[in-house]
Amino acid sequence: MTPTEYEYLRKFLKDNSGLDLSADKQYLIESRLLPLARKAGLSGIAELVQKLQGGSRTLMTDVVEAMTTNETFFFRDKVPFDHFRDHIMPEIIKARANKRSVRIWCAAGSTGQEPYSLAMCLKEMGASLTGWRVEIIATDLSQEVLEKARAGVYSQFEVQRGLPIQMLVKYFKQTGETWQINPELRAMIQHRQLNLLHDFSQLGTFDVIFCRNVLIYFDQDTKINIFNRLARQIEPDGFLVLGAAETVVGLTDTFRPIPDRRGLYKPNDPRAAAAKPALAGAAPRMAVMAGR
Amino acid sequence: MKTCLVVDDSSVVRKIARRILEGLEFEVTEAEDGSKALEICQRQLPDAVLLDWNMPVMDGFEFMGHMRRLPGGDQPKVVFCTTENNVAHIAQALSGGANEYIMKPFDKDIIADKFAEVGLIPVGQAMV
Repeated sequence: MTPTEYEYLRKFLKDNSGLDLSADKQYLIESRLLPLARKAGLSGIAELVQKLQGGSRTLMTDVVEAMTTNETFFFRDKVPFDHFRDHIMPEIIKARANKRSVRIWCAAGSTGQEPYSLAMCLKEMGASLTGWRVEIIATDLSQEVLEKARAGVYSQFEVQRGLPIQMLVKYFKQTGETWQINPELRAMIQHRQLNLLHDFSQLGTFDVIFCRNVLIYFDQDTKINIFNRLARQIEPDGFLVLGAAETVVGLTDTFRPIPDRRGLYKPNDPRAAAAKPALAGAAPRMAVMAGR
Repeated sequence: MKTCLVVDDSSVVRKIARRILEGLEFEVTEAEDGSKALEICQRQLPDAVLLDWNMPVMDGFEFMGHMRRLPGGDQPKVVFCTTENNVAHIAQALSGGANEYIMKPFDKDIIADKFAEVGLIPVGQAMV
């Protein structure tokens, strides 16, 4: 790949998905886009770039999807799900004892392992949620990924990453070499296509937002912008869960870390946050994928 | 250093498992069938057993039953590692005293995840 081709792809991805690659991610582009180029009958990256420059919309979508799809597995990192079970849900069960409803958003739901892990956690809580209305909304940029999440069908390899064997037996049905999550759990989740760079206020407000391992790909202004908009979709006593390598610290005052619970954040009082506007009022830069 | 007994009739599988487990800082011993594994356990119980199902002389399930009845035999974590990949076998293994279950083929990530699941290694190590 020539430096010019790399620069073109970098800028293309930045403009179309917000993905902000540093100058040395050639290997990542090659490992993700070469298979895609071959599948499309192209000779390599050079021809792929030509097609993109020629305005091939299908390829544009495919390239964005290939670059933004991440490896994921059940109960990834474990700790956030322990927090969810031991800290977040007990507080919410107390705080919403009258309303008896909880809304959860997986903002980077990917192929479904995270929302289904949360659904399994909730099922395991059993009687304490009897009679509750539980809503889990899982969103992702990629239609292809969402279809996989909806189907809830996983390979033998996938169900062995992070998923305790008892949970596999309890919540999945085996069909040949693949495993499908039970209809009861599938019914707990609504899957929707969503680009975090776009307005997401239509989703309503949530008690819990899982937004893990997606913001790491965005530049600072975009991160700030997303945090500020997430803050508007979260209940004042709600919880934000970020990935292990992510933080709000130094970026925004709209959330504060919960001491001794890595990755867990609470919204600050919005009046306090409003008095101190965010550093940059970065507008979402995404336009090309409109209509998706 | 924790110890792991690898029980499999394939020397190739034992070798691969040994390499992975030594990478996870286990001291590894090997046995080629359930009966040889039981002899080892009668001398000294390991912290973990990575256990194939179908083997000559004594299969993995029968071995587990004998091992669990040894003094202290409830202590080792037993992780099955077998081509038997159906729910019936998994359920049988769990009710017979297995702690986790790996369906072959496996790789380092799966072993690390499953060993972390039963507390044999810290969770962080499984994320490498």
